Amino acid sequence: MTGAAPVAVVAENWVARFYGSTIGRKIVMAVTGIVLVGFITIHMTGNLLVHRGAEAMNHYAAFLKGNAPLLWGTRIVVLLATILHIHSALTLTRRAATARPDRYVRLAPQVATWSSRLMRAGGVLLAVFLVFHILHFTTGTVLPSQFVEGEVYQNVVRSFSITWVAAFYLISMLALSMHLHHGVWSLFQTLGANHPHLEGGRKRLAWLLSIAIPIGFASVPLAIIAGMVR
Amino acid sequence: MRITLKVWRQSGPHATGRFETYQADQVSPDMSFLEMMDVVNEDLIGKGKEPIAFDHDCREGICGMCSMVINGMPHGPHRATTTCQLHMRSFKDGDRVTVEPFRARAFPVLRDLAVDRSSLDRVMQAGGFIGVATGNAPEANAAPIAKDAVDRAMDAAQCIGCGACVAACPNASAMLFTAAKVSHLGLLPQGQPERYRRVLGMVGQMDIEGFGGCTNFGECQEACPKEIGVWTIARLNGDFLKGSLTARGDKRGGGDAA
Ligand code: FES
Repeated sequence: MTGAAPVAVVAENWVARFYGSTIGRKIVMAVTGIVLVGFITIHMTGNLLVHRGAEAMNHYAAFLKGNAPLLWGTRIVVLLATILHIHSALTLTRRAATARPDRYVRLAPQVATWSSRLMRAGGVLLAVFLVFHILHFTTGTVLPSQFVEGEVYQNVVRSFSITWVAAFYLISMLALSMHLHHGVWSLFQTLGANHPHLEGGRKRLAWLLSIAIPIGFASVPLAIIAGMVR
Repeated sequence: MRITLKVWRQSGPHATGRFETYQADQVSPDMSFLEMMDVVNEDLIGKGKEPIAFDHDCREGICGMCSMVINGMPHGPHRATTTCQLHMRSFKDGDRVTVEPFRARAFPVLRDLAVDRSSLDRVMQAGGFIGVATGNAPEANAAPIAKDAVDRAMDAAQCIGCGACVAACPNASAMLFTAAKVSHLGLLPQGQPERYRRVLGMVGQMDIEGFGGCTNFGECQEACPKEIGVWTIARLNGDFLKGSLTARGDKRGGGDAA
């Protein structure tokens, strides 16, 4: 027998042990994934107020701004979840890359879905989008000429009238859709929820969320491009 | 049948390998893939050349030794079949067939198509056992076991440890192997005392061996010659979570994901 001894690394602290393992990291990705799906569902629902006009949207935005504990509580939780999600993804990706140093000349994937195969690339695109999105609509750092503090509705309409901004947003929503399609199903596996009762349900939920959430978000720029919201 | 083979040749663990092309002219559709390889080797030996090294033992689909990737698929194109049980009738006259070793950091190539899979043995040693009293075998019907548990344990116990799951996984993960062993033992009453220590120990060793993590591609299930399902992986994950939160006094496992 060659190689490492059969007894594994000793880590005193159970949190270190848990997060130090590949499965622990996947569980962290699943749990933070649930937090993020919950957040974007609420975010998307709020965005739909654009279709009810400037007053409804700006009123909602002002309500959120005026409620500091809610606003900052959400921001901190979402930021933490995002950091953990990305850290786990990066380290697991790096690990997978080193797990097969000599590549096959030919490995023929049999069943892996496109959404599963694009998880990592799509994740990177979403991270880029996220940074842009915050600099765009939250801080007004990019495109400052389109941004007026507090005028959420007007900012949105002005920004999405710019073709490349709308296009980038729509492409990102496509990436989000694929990310959800694999991620939502995958998180059930990772959390050990595979009872036969759930068999069809977890795939259906993944399909539903991967369609409903991105379409809800995309409805805003699409309505602006179509001239229905101005 | 005429088959053109493109085979990975590597003279030793640290040598650089390359593909060599061989012509097999007298292939019968009734030959197994390994018998076809034997014929090619006979020919090579006749010409005074080094035969292709590949692992095999039982040649009846139960030992798990015959590891090779054929046209990008571990154990070749036929579902639920090991390489030794794959027959040449699965190919067409004139086909070009690429044969590579199982590739993973944890499966170093020894020579040509033969790889060292003792990393899987070490994962077993880290918890893939149960404690039993020595002496006479106990009365077989003494321990009541639910039908459903027996069925699933038996399905998981089909694993022959061939490593095709690792070879097929884009992440080179050994999750299906580990999950099959953990499920096979953990579903039965005899496996309960060590249930959570086993999960933590085997997952810890799996990580130490340098396998990748699971991202639920599902390729392992498709490649498995014994059709072991990814339900075992979900079960492993669930037991790992429970074990991490509840197991006492066991310091094994984890700490190597980065
Ligand atoms: S040689 Fe034993 S399984 Fe193929």
